[in-house]
Amino acid sequence: MAQTVSTRPAGLFRRGNNPEKRKKRSEALTAYVFLLPYLFIFLTFTVFSIGYAFYLSFTRYNLLRPPEWWGLEGYRRVLCLESLLPRGEDAPPLVCDDLFIKKALPNTVKYTLIVVPTQTVLSLILAFAMDQKLRFRRLFRTIYYLPSVTSSVVISLIFVWLFSPLGIVNQIFHLNINWLNDPRYAFYTIMILNVFTTSGTLMLIFLAGLQDIPTAIYEAASIDGANKFQTLRYITIPMLRPVVFFVVTVGLIGCFQVFDQIYVMTSGGPLDSTTTVAYLIYKWAFRDTTVKMGQAAALSFILALIILVFTLIQRRIIEGSGSVGSA
Amino acid sequence: MATITQTVSKKASFSDMLIAFLDRIKTPVFYAILIGWAILCIAPLYFTLVFSLKPVANVYDPPLFWPVPFSLENFRDVIGALPLFPRWLLNSTIISIVVTVARVLFCAMAGYAFARMEFPLKKFLFTALLISMMIPGQVTLIPNFLVVGPGIIRGGLKIGDVTIPTGFGLMDNLGGVILPGIVAAFGIFMMTQFYKSIPKELEEAAMIDGLGRFGIFFRIVLPISTTQLLTLALLTFQGEWNSFMWPLTILRTPENFTLPIGLNWFRGEYYTLISKVLAGSLFNTLPILIIFFIFQRYFTQSIAGTGLKEG
Repeated sequence: MAQTVSTRPAGLFRRGNNPEKRKKRSEALTAYVFLLPYLFIFLTFTVFSIGYAFYLSFTRYNLLRPPEWWGLEGYRRVLCLESLLPRGEDAPPLVCDDLFIKKALPNTVKYTLIVVPTQTVLSLILAFAMDQKLRFRRLFRTIYYLPSVTSSVVISLIFVWLFSPLGIVNQIFHLNINWLNDPRYAFYTIMILNVFTTSGTLMLIFLAGLQDIPTAIYEAASIDGANKFQTLRYITIPMLRPVVFFVVTVGLIGCFQVFDQIYVMTSGGPLDSTTTVAYLIYKWAFRDTTVKMGQAAALSFILALIILVFTLIQRRIIEGSGSVGSA
Repeated sequence: MATITQTVSKKASFSDMLIAFLDRIKTPVFYAILIGWAILCIAPLYFTLVFSLKPVANVYDPPLFWPVPFSLENFRDVIGALPLFPRWLLNSTIISIVVTVARVLFCAMAGYAFARMEFPLKKFLFTALLISMMIPGQVTLIPNFLVVGPGIIRGGLKIGDVTIPTGFGLMDNLGGVILPGIVAAFGIFMMTQFYKSIPKELEEAAMIDGLGRFGIFFRIVLPISTTQLLTLALLTFQGEWNSFMWPLTILRTPENFTLPIGLNWFRGEYYTLISKVLAGSLFNTLPILIIFFIFQRYFTQSIAGTGLKEG
């Protein structure tokens, strides 16, 4: 049909009139209309932002003057490896910021190593308890979810008051501890808060995982004469492994990015004992008297890298133990 | 069943005895764990309620477990005497509702396109979407702040006599809080998975009846996905209502604060009036709790669902 009336260049004309292709093109156009809001936001606030943050990480930028290229100097100042070397009395002052390597990184690692195992084990125990067909299960489930639906700021403000020197915790346990102003206790108070708020959600994930294990497997095991320990060891735990991986990953990412609680409860103090990587990024970019946007951007990429590496290591560990379990 | 177990294990081994013992104490132990944790979960909110019902002067005084002396002054002040509190409540409500409505609609649209339509760069865009979910928010925080607020180049990009703004100029503006949140990669992913799972027949029938893609989407697809949309709406509303880092970066004057930012600011300004903060905290918590109780099923399902799908 197209050829008979064609006077224009054949290729162009045929493509325009071929109903199959025209339909395809109009579908693609419609699809992009559907995607338009997403693409606008995605290109502006994700693609452009990541690119610009990457550029900023190689600059010195304090908002007052345009970004000034200084290559890897920002990364060098963030890592500040020379602060780890022994230094003489009369050595010149360091031209870098040792807050990341001396405080934020060790603090974040410590925080993660304490909070992730604690909340994982605790939520697993709670999930086991919920999985026994006990009474009031729905009531318990509702109650356990309360700390998770409460806003992190509100629960932090409540904790600040509960753990204040005259607060209820000290009154109930007859203690005299200045929880949030003592470098020995402040970080642990924030850890308690986080375990408290996340365990309910993680418990729900574990519970769904436990209830997803087919009862037929348990029946088969009991016919084979497996006792409760063996059932736990060879069925429940291996079957739960993907859920454990998920819960640990979620916990890990959450811990590396902890911010709200730190900002509200201690602002990184006392004596930087609660400064974490995520908080340090914010502090450098928005709170310090001389803003260090470039350095903060460099640290944000280091944080992204740390999260990636930890997730990969942890996947390797869980998969490694998987091969032992199934043997 | 019983005879089999007897023949298999004639003499009770140590582990059998241990199991029998554990079986007997199992139920009380599990109850103790459940009740203990339940008490811990309720306690902070309970103490908050009790002490927000006491006068400001008694904020640390016993009795701890009931509001004596009793006073409604904190709630009165939060609702009426302190004009900033209702303002913050309003700001939080506006932001949460606008973001929720926009995000649900835009995520459903994009999810439908990814699930049902063919277009160039589809695979690439979907992969980009998945990758973007793994980027920590700290990476984009600084550029997003610049784009929404002061602009990439201060004073705009000057080409000859023309000055092109390089930012949205929404600093200290509710719109600046809303804008980056109107679409979320997670929501699109969730809707895509859902739309892939529903049968195509319904849409094909509608197409034969002469409905276009937009008609199909708004008249057929949206109505059958209410459960998913509601789940996404609830998660979004909760997230925005409680959100802290982004509004903290954008909002500067107390009149424009959201409730979480305002409460934290108020605590810093008037340290002795912590009772008001407690009463205000309940105003922040209560709407979410009510929504949670009404739609509990959707909350728990969505969480359990994410665990299994991605696990």
